[in-house]
Amino acid sequence: MRIGTLKTDYAADEALFDTGLQKCLLALALAGAVLLPFLASPYWLFLACLCAINVASATGLNILTGYTGLVSLGQAAFMSVGAYTVAVLEIHLGTPFLLNLLAGGLTTALVGIAVGIPSLRVKGLYLAIATIAASVVLHFIFSHWALTGGVQGLSMPPARFFGVTMDQPFQLYWMIMPVTMLMVLGAANLFRTRVGRAFIAIRDRDISAEVLGIPLLRYKLMSFAVSSCYAGLAGGLWAYFFRVVTPESFPLVNSIFYLAAIIVGGMGTILGGILGAIFMTMVPEVLKFGAGLVTPFYPDALALLAPVRTIVFGALIVGFLIFEPQGLAEIWRRIRRFFHLWPFKT
Amino acid sequence: MTGAATDVALSVEGVSLSFGGVKALTDVSFAVRKGLITAVIGPNGAGKTSLFNTISGFYRPQSGDIAFEGRSLSGSAPPERAKLGLARTFQNIALFRGMTVLDNIKLGRHAHMRTGLLDALVYHGRARREEIALRAEIEERVIDFLEIQHIRNAPVATLPYGLRKRVELARALAMRPRLLLLDEPVAGMNREETEDMARFILDVKEEWGVTILMVEHDMGMVMDISDHVVVLNFGQVIAEGAPAEVQMNPAVIAAYLGAGELGRRLRSPEAA
Ligand SMILES: Nc1ncnc2c1ncn2[C@@H]1O[C@H](COP(=O)(O)OP(=O)(O)OP(=O)(O)O)[C@@H](O)[C@H]1O
Ligand SMILES: [Mg+2]
Repeated sequence: MRIGTLKTDYAADEALFDTGLQKCLLALALAGAVLLPFLASPYWLFLACLCAINVASATGLNILTGYTGLVSLGQAAFMSVGAYTVAVLEIHLGTPFLLNLLAGGLTTALVGIAVGIPSLRVKGLYLAIATIAASVVLHFIFSHWALTGGVQGLSMPPARFFGVTMDQPFQLYWMIMPVTMLMVLGAANLFRTRVGRAFIAIRDRDISAEVLGIPLLRYKLMSFAVSSCYAGLAGGLWAYFFRVVTPESFPLVNSIFYLAAIIVGGMGTILGGILGAIFMTMVPEVLKFGAGLVTPFYPDALALLAPVRTIVFGALIVGFLIFEPQGLAEIWRRIRRFFHLWPFKT
Repeated sequence: MTGAATDVALSVEGVSLSFGGVKALTDVSFAVRKGLITAVIGPNGAGKTSLFNTISGFYRPQSGDIAFEGRSLSGSAPPERAKLGLARTFQNIALFRGMTVLDNIKLGRHAHMRTGLLDALVYHGRARREEIALRAEIEERVIDFLEIQHIRNAPVATLPYGLRKRVELARALAMRPRLLLLDEPVAGMNREETEDMARFILDVKEEWGVTILMVEHDMGMVMDISDHVVVLNFGQVIAEGAPAEVQMNPAVIAAYLGAGELGRRLRSPEAA
C-alpha cells in the first residue's frame, strides 16, 4: 500500500526511477528486451530493431525540439551523415563497428553545430527552413561526391564482432538495442543536470536564461550537437541494419516522421520520444496486420492499404494535436497516477 | 562622487540610453553602497526598468559606464554579469513555466556549477555529486528561508501570483548573489504578502549580507526598508538621499503631483 510519496533523502529524491512501481516496470522491460530475440520471429526482430533505431533518432530530436524548443526538419539528413560515415569507414578501413558508430556520431555532431549557428538569430519556422536548406545541401553533396558513391550510394559489408558476422536481425538486435538503451539513458541523465535544465530554460524564456548565466549560443549549439550526434548514431545503426546507403535513404519526409513521432509521443519527455517512435513505426504494421485479417472477406484489402495507411497516419497526428497535445507520455502518466493512489482516490 | 570608494557595490556613471527618439535615461549617475538597500523610485515610464536592463546587460548605453565592485561591466554579456554575482527579478515575473519550483530554483545555481555535457550524459560520478550537493544547499538555504517547502514540487504555472514572486526571489538567491536587483518585488501583492516580502528582503540584507537595489512603487515599503533612495523622472535623477529627505524634496513632490495615488502615498507613507 502506498499513499503518495514521502521522501527524506535528497539522493533518493534525485534518483531517475524513484518508486517501486517504476523499478518493477523497468526490470520487466529489460527482461523482455533480453528475452525477445529468443522468442520472436526474425520478422518481429526486424521490427524491434527498426523501432529501436527510430527511438534513438526521435530521442535526439526531442532533445533539440522538445526540450530546447528549436524546431528542426533536418533529423533525417543528420542520420544520413552518420550512415555515410559508418559505411565509408566500414568499406575502406574495416575498423570495429563501435568505433565507426562513434565516428558517425561525432561527425554528425560537428555538422549539427554548423547547421545550428543561425539558431541564435532565427527561431521557429525560419530555423526549420534553415534545417531543410541544410538537408538539401547534404543531399547534393552525397549524390555528387565520389567517396559516397554518388546517386548509387554505398553497399557495405556487415559488421563483425569477435568473428561473428552480424547480418541477421538476431545478431543486429544485440548491437542496436544496447546502443539505443544507452542513448536513451544518456538523454534521461542529461535532464537531471544543469545542462538539461539550461536547455529547458532556453525553450521557456531566452531572456531570463541569460540573466541566470546561461550563454544562449553555447547551449543552443550544444543541443544541436547532442541531437545530431544521436541522429548520427541512429544513422550508423541504420547503415549496419540495411547495409545500403543512398542519397534517397533519408528523404525529408523521414524528418517529418521524427517530428511527428515526438509530437505524438510527447514533446520534452524521454518517454514521449520512445513511445512516439514505436507508435509511428508500428502503426503501418498494425494496419497491414488488420488488412491481412479482413482479406478473406474483402480480397482488395491489401491493395487499399497504401492510401488508407497515409490517411490514418495523418488523421492520428491531427487527432493527437487536437485531443492529446501532451502526447502518449501524458496518457501513460494519467494511468500511473490512477494506480499510484488507488484505491484511495480515483 | 564616491565611485572609487571601497564601500560601493555598484556605480552608475553618466549613463544615457535612448530608443530611437525616446530618451529612456539621461546622464544617470548614482552609487549603490555595499550591504545596504537602495531604492529607485519614480513615476511610470521614468526609466527604472530600462536602468535595470542596462545594469543586467540587455541594453548597451550610448554613453556612460557601470562598474560592479570597481570593475567596469561594459562589454560583458548578461551571463558573465550573472557569474560575477549580479542577480535579478523581473517586473513581470520571468519564471520557467514548464518547470517545477525546485527546478526553477536550481537554475539559479547554473553559473556556479561545473557539470559538462559528458558528465551530464553519464550522470554517475561528478554530475550526481554536484546535483545532490545543490539540492541540499537549496533546501537548507533557500527553500527553508523563504518558507516555500510546501510548493517545491509544484509546477510554477499552478502557483498564485504572490508565491511566484517569492519563487523568483528564491531563484535569484540560489545564485548566491553579491548584488540583487529587484524590479517591483511587491507589485500586485496584498498587504500581508507585501509585509512578508519586505521581511524577506530585510533578512536577505541582514543575514546574507547581500546588497540590494530595488525598484518599487509601494512608498510605504520603500520608506520602511530602504537606506538610500534615488528618484528618477523622465530618465533623469532628480533627487537622492535618505528616505525621509527625499520625501520632503519639493522636486520629488512636484514629479509625483501628476501621479495621483502615488503622490498621496509618497506624502503619507503610513497609508501603504
Ligand atoms: N525596448 C524599448 N524600446 C523602446 N522604448 C522603450 C523600450 N523599453 C522602454 N522604453 C521606453 O522607455 C521609457 C522608460 O520605460 P521603463 O520601462 O524603463 O519605465 P519604468 O520606470 O520601469 O516604468 P514602470 O513604472 O511603468 O515600470 C518609456 O517611455 C518606455 O516607453
Ligand atoms: Mg518598470
